Amino acid sequence: MVTENFLNLPQIETAEDTVESHRDAAPESVIDVRNLDAFYGEVRALKDVTLSLYRRRVSAVIGPSGCGKSTLVRCLNRMHEMSPGGHVDGEVLYQGENIYGAGVDPVELRSRIGMVFQKPNPFPKSIFENVAFGLKVNGIGGNLGERVERSLRRAALWDEVKDRLKQSALQLSGGQQQRLCIARALAVEPEVILMDEPCSALDPMATLAVEELIRELSQEVTIIIVTHNMQQAARVSHHTAFLMMDQDKAGYLVEYGPTSEVFTNPKSEHTEAYITGRFS
Amino acid sequence: MVRADFDRHLRMLQSDLLILGSMVEKAIAKALDALKRRDAEAARQVIREDDYIDSKRYNLEEQCIELIATQQPMAGDLRNIIAMLHIAVELERMGDYAEGIAKICLMMEGEPPLKPLIDLPRMSEMATEMLRRSLDALVHRDTVAALAVCNDDDEVDALYDQVYRELIFFMVQDTNTIQRATYLLWVAHDLERIADRATNIAERVIFLVTGKMTEINVSRY
Repeated sequence: MVTENFLNLPQIETAEDTVESHRDAAPESVIDVRNLDAFYGEVRALKDVTLSLYRRRVSAVIGPSGCGKSTLVRCLNRMHEMSPGGHVDGEVLYQGENIYGAGVDPVELRSRIGMVFQKPNPFPKSIFENVAFGLKVNGIGGNLGERVERSLRRAALWDEVKDRLKQSALQLSGGQQQRLCIARALAVEPEVILMDEPCSALDPMATLAVEELIRELSQEVTIIIVTHNMQQAARVSHHTAFLMMDQDKAGYLVEYGPTSEVFTNPKSEHTEAYITGRFS
Repeated sequence: MVRADFDRHLRMLQSDLLILGSMVEKAIAKALDALKRRDAEAARQVIREDDYIDSKRYNLEEQCIELIATQQPMAGDLRNIIAMLHIAVELERMGDYAEGIAKICLMMEGEPPLKPLIDLPRMSEMATEMLRRSLDALVHRDTVAALAVCNDDDEVDALYDQVYRELIFFMVQDTNTIQRATYLLWVAHDLERIADRATNIAERVIFLVTGKMTEINVSRY
């Protein structure tokens, strides 16, 4: 909605337009978590989580240590079951289908729902090989060079590495390594990328570069980010989920809503206490 | 206790805001008193003292900006600081109206009195009472009290109507009164605006508590 141009001024985009454009487009859910419980052996780490994650939006998961943030995102592409004793109850619907249903191939699923971890973890190979790796593993053909370039460009790393693609990825700075990991995740064209504290090992400038990238990528990819940094959640995400640990030590969802509301006028007093730093 | 230092700053900010409120309240009362007693020196004092009100407002704004920059307030804290920032501006503007009344007082110096002032002091009392109650609502985070302030603006508007009609009547009856009646009309208008700004403060209190930004009672003026 552009303000009526009754003063004959040149048309300019206002902050209101930007806010409205996000509000106007009704978000469509891509992942629906339904009554999800997650366990490590007998220990329940998450209980009864129900929420919908929206297509081409950034959703942030925040909460105190041990509340199950990482467990929740690891349940979204079945990484959780790779932990000792890791299993779930409940459903995670990806495009309407339960990813825990019979016949779902977790490896194939993870190419649709990629993941970026806390610490940049490039392989001890060249920059090119790192990005091409997923393509080769998944048997994706075509022009490898073009795909690698495209992924590096999408990860805002191309200009910095285009002349040294054969160099070891380990020579890159921490921030560049993390963007390389994002490029590697992007190479297989996933629809969703899960990010578990992607900036916690980065300096402030590298952090801002990754945040900028997250916002940019959200125009084409759905991003779910776990973060300890509330300002980061406020800066990058469209929706925020706040998790807390209950008395039985299991994490549960306290509040989930548009980030602008969660950070200015949260519904729950627990959320208010956590985000204003008065959590005891 | 976590964020004890931040909480202390928020409390100090609110105390400073209340001090500003009380400076403004005094300025309004002094201006009206100067007008009633036709005391030019008292009016000059109101004009001089408006500088203190202005500088208090800037100081409050600086404190708010510093807290936003250094503490990254969220949720209720953010609304609190933003509300105080707005309220400081409203109060300073009210101080300007008091200064305006004092200036009118000087303009009327040497002119014979038009009539005994009854309704204008009454308007001033009502507007000041609204100001006091809006700040009480802030201290107690009381939305019901804030809403009542907004609704009371109708009474001030009604009194303004009455003063307006009366002064027009003077002007129609005797053209020699036009200048003095116009001055008094300006005073009435300043008082009416003070009441409106008290409702703005009350609306900010409602925003602070509920997060909802709405105009509660649209003034007729």
